[in-house]
Amino acid sequence: MPNRYFAARHSNALPVGAAVKAAAFDYLAPRTLDQALTALSAHGDDAKLLAGGQSLAPVLALRLANPAVLIDLNRVAGLDRLQTDGAGDMHVGAMVRSRTLELSPEIARAQPLIHAAMPWVAHVQIRNRGTLGGSLSHADPSAELPAVAIACDAVLTLRSLRGEREVAAESFFKGLFTTALAQDEILTSVRFPGWPATRRCGFIELARRHGDYAIVGVALTVDIDDSAKVTAARLVLFGASDMPMRARAVESALIGEPADAALAARAASAAAAGLDLRSDHQASAEYRRELAQVLTRRALVQAFSAPAATVAGAPPGIAGGQQ
Amino acid sequence: MTHQIRLTVNGEAVAREVEPRLTLADFLRETLDLTGTHLGCEHGVCGACTVVVDGRSVRGCLMFAVQADETSVVTVEGLAALCPQRGDAVRRGEQQLSVLQDAFRQHHALQCGFCTSGLLTTAHALLAETPDPTPDQVRLAISGNLCRCTGYIPIVEAILDAARRLRE
Repeated sequence: MPNRYFAARHSNALPVGAAVKAAAFDYLAPRTLDQALTALSAHGDDAKLLAGGQSLAPVLALRLANPAVLIDLNRVAGLDRLQTDGAGDMHVGAMVRSRTLELSPEIARAQPLIHAAMPWVAHVQIRNRGTLGGSLSHADPSAELPAVAIACDAVLTLRSLRGEREVAAESFFKGLFTTALAQDEILTSVRFPGWPATRRCGFIELARRHGDYAIVGVALTVDIDDSAKVTAARLVLFGASDMPMRARAVESALIGEPADAALAARAASAAAAGLDLRSDHQASAEYRRELAQVLTRRALVQAFSAPAATVAGAPPGIAGGQQ
Repeated sequence: MTHQIRLTVNGEAVAREVEPRLTLADFLRETLDLTGTHLGCEHGVCGACTVVVDGRSVRGCLMFAVQADETSVVTVEGLAALCPQRGDAVRRGEQQLSVLQDAFRQHHALQCGFCTSGLLTTAHALLAETPDPTPDQVRLAISGNLCRCTGYIPIVEAILDAARRLRE
């Protein structure tokens, strides 16, 4: 089922014989998290959680999933908060919409990588409905926010009637549309660690048209000390394989080296090392390998040349364009 | 099982029983007979079904009508009444286009008209948020709306012209 959905979503074409109206389902609109968890626990595999609906609604329209019950999280109190704690970490509720992330001055100041990535996330109408929690839980391998969460070393809070647990973003994604979420769990919030003054970021992707899912994209953070040397790096490739993956060979090639264009070129050559690269109608694995290297180099140059704690990157072909 | 929803559509209070799987776009077209909202792909790609919900442009095919309970929805049929320069005349019963619609007509920003209502609602939400957009901001704002006739250039010109006229 996921593979068929994957093909449909990424080709923008209807599978042969596809419906465009959802099959009938029951609809629950809980007002509290406890009500939502109770409903999810009661309905088991028959239920689907509805967040922004920007991926689930097409899945239902194409009848690639036919849940008996939709549990709508849009009216659950307390899931749409965005706040910074005493330690400087930012807590983003799972139902915070992409558009809110895009326009938030607090995000722009405190979490530059999220701010840099948002203009690349689909189109304004999608960002007006789509949510952080929905994107992470859906785990599309070509989506921006999962890669950003890993690059930021974000920690996800998962709740069920059994209790609460925290999972690092890097361990949350298990494969194509597959996550660490148990059947009775809801992703409730995401903690983005505070942003050190020495940290820079880069974000870039290539898609056939701006707003489409990326063929390959790169999200990265690098810490650069007073002597302009890289002290830490987290570089995530998305769209390249079945899930967003850290390019550890690139990361280790960066550590301790002077942050310049020569280093970017040298380190980027290892970008696709160890990755099981995808091949599909959009691009061959070979093309993705080349793209991974080129985009990694460009994203590193962005990060190296950006002043600390500011944002690099604008959507392709539209100079300086952010909405 | 159906659900009772109460919402505002183009300024009028509406209450209906809806089946959960009914999309907002189908509700507007089939239940309320507001057929100005068009349906192209019905899975979130083309933008033809764009309507404004609580001030923000959304894909009408990717939201269920039951989710629009307690919201305020604006469709292409409601744009003229909301126009700061033409709204009064529309409310007096005169047939008027909004300044934005008028600019589309003057700049030949439509040909077959299929995408037009989605582009108008998208541009309406843009101008409410950003009264003086740059050409790049306009291009990004309409990047989720497919048009097969115009090549987009007249659409961008129309939206920029409407913004100018609305600022005067």
